[in-house]
Amino acid sequence: MALTTRRSRLSTALRYALLVAVALVFVFPIVFMVMSSLKPDLQLLRDTTSFNAFLPVGDISLDNYFAAFRRAPVALFVFNSILVTSITVAVSLFLCSMAAFSFVFLNWKGRDVVLAAVIATLIVPFETIAIPLLLVVNNLPWIGPNGLTTGWLNTYHVQIVPWIADALTIFLFVQYFKDLPKDLVEAARIDGATWFQVYARVIVPISGPVIATAAILKFLAMYNQYLWPLMVTQSEAFRPVMVGLQYFFQLNVAWGEVMAYLSLITLPVLVFYLALQRAFIASIASTGIKG
Amino acid sequence: MAGLALKNIHKSFGKVDVIKGVDLTVEHGEFVVFVGPSGCGKSTLLRMIAGLEDITDGELWIGDKLCNEVQPRDRRIAMVFQSYALYPHMTAYENVGFGLTLAKTPKAERDAKIREAARILQMEHLLDRKPAQLSGGQRQRVAIGRAIVRNPEVFLFDEPLSNLDAALRMDMRMELSKLHQDLGATMIYVTHDQVEAMTLADKIVVLNGGIVQQVGTPMELYHRPANLFVATFIGSPKMNLIEVEVKETASGMITVGSQTLDPVAIPAIGAVKPGDTLTLGLRSHHLTLGGEALTGTVALVERLGNETIVNLEVAGGNALIAALDGDTTIERGSSLSLGFAPQNAILFDASGRALDEAVI
Repeated sequence: MALTTRRSRLSTALRYALLVAVALVFVFPIVFMVMSSLKPDLQLLRDTTSFNAFLPVGDISLDNYFAAFRRAPVALFVFNSILVTSITVAVSLFLCSMAAFSFVFLNWKGRDVVLAAVIATLIVPFETIAIPLLLVVNNLPWIGPNGLTTGWLNTYHVQIVPWIADALTIFLFVQYFKDLPKDLVEAARIDGATWFQVYARVIVPISGPVIATAAILKFLAMYNQYLWPLMVTQSEAFRPVMVGLQYFFQLNVAWGEVMAYLSLITLPVLVFYLALQRAFIASIASTGIKG
Repeated sequence: MAGLALKNIHKSFGKVDVIKGVDLTVEHGEFVVFVGPSGCGKSTLLRMIAGLEDITDGELWIGDKLCNEVQPRDRRIAMVFQSYALYPHMTAYENVGFGLTLAKTPKAERDAKIREAARILQMEHLLDRKPAQLSGGQRQRVAIGRAIVRNPEVFLFDEPLSNLDAALRMDMRMELSKLHQDLGATMIYVTHDQVEAMTLADKIVVLNGGIVQQVGTPMELYHRPANLFVATFIGSPKMNLIEVEVKETASGMITVGSQTLDPVAIPAIGAVKPGDTLTLGLRSHHLTLGGEALTGTVALVERLGNETIVNLEVAGGNALIAALDGDTTIERGSSLSLGFAPQNAILFDASGRALDEAVI
């Protein structure tokens, strides 16, 4: 009995040790980034050869942050990114979940073929369609404050619209919806619900885990966008954070400022992730999908 | 409230025919039970009435309205599912009232209806709980409450008691029966449990292989099954079947006998002649001590208190089950003779159809 207890304690200890080691692997780069952002360049480079790189030692200040704000319109970039990302995430979740709902709960001709085609688009890398897509959006009309215009370049919507329909998000919702009891939908139909009411009042309220998962994955994908916004935004007024990073690599590179900028733009991601973390983990645990 | 008429209803899934031409009339206020083994099409038939499955062919009338293409919500029906299908994110109160909320029923009226349903089902104290906090029986009540508040013309029940334990099932059965009396509504109930069918139904519809085998009151089905399938499906223990040969036919009487059975004249009418082979059906409860018709060795004795079930091995390797008085003292291995009243026996022809009973 005592032996079993000791053995199980030992295995618990080992398991925790392993978890701590893995956690450190993930945490160290972030610690390094934040610590470096507080140091002048000379000290920063010198510290990289020792463990000091991870410690707040030496000449610590917020100077790099002030410098970063002087060098680039950081607040504007963060604002642009959050605006584009949050609108895309919200609209994408809404439309993709409705698409998934129709794939799972509605009976229509060709449904399975269309779903297969949608999922097949997952294997098409964005780089292969980047140029054709650019040509398309460059000729599309738009009705805005300036009336009817042609060409979407240098706008927010050019960064949003092409990313709303998303095979991965649809797939996540389809998988989740398939596991829901069909009786619920049928009961709601008999209770007098329209299809939209079934979706909005029965299915969405019990889809918290998949909404959280899809939201996080979509948020990260959008927030990390680089190539597309670089192609479609020439004016800095619409540029997101990742494109903004190149301001710090022009002329003389100041690593402290780079680190300060990176620390700043990581914040929204952390906040968003922590907010949805619980539901996200619940979802991974229940569906076996790796985030 | 309204009755229901099914006219030559068919259902196919691809090339598979599941329902093969069902004609049925359900009177207003009737409690009709669809019963049959798994896969007989009873649930499909119910779901077609609900509007959850398309009707491949035929007509479905609810009241005086042809409902083939009518949306479920417009059929004035309510359904209780086997899984209860309660919305997990809503309280019992919200579950019961969901249909009324969708119909934009004024709040006060909605509240009154929900509380009235809760009173009928004695679940006022459960209204604030979510489904996860309710037991199986309590969830069942909420599901029935959700049906009641819609004030439907027809209630549909899809095996609603099969997830409950035996004791609770019996309680709920009685409550459903009482509910039917109180509401006076038309109810259609699907089950594979013949005890539920017998105890609840005004009218039982026995289905097998997508075809209606017989429609009748529980007692009609018990005493005069239309064919061998109904004879063996309804009644517990199962009806005893003995292969017999026609010895003689007279007006309204067919004398049959076999190696097992001494010749006996059964009041029945049919196109049979001496030498034909028939099947004789005998209910266990119709076998009595003291007769001489069937003699054999007792293979097993089950004492249930109120009755004693005896397995009797008779000549020709046949086994009979007799339900005798509870106080009978019979030992395993002993020899036993049983008799029966000829008017209680039923003869089935070679195709399995019952011969008509002769009125003496």
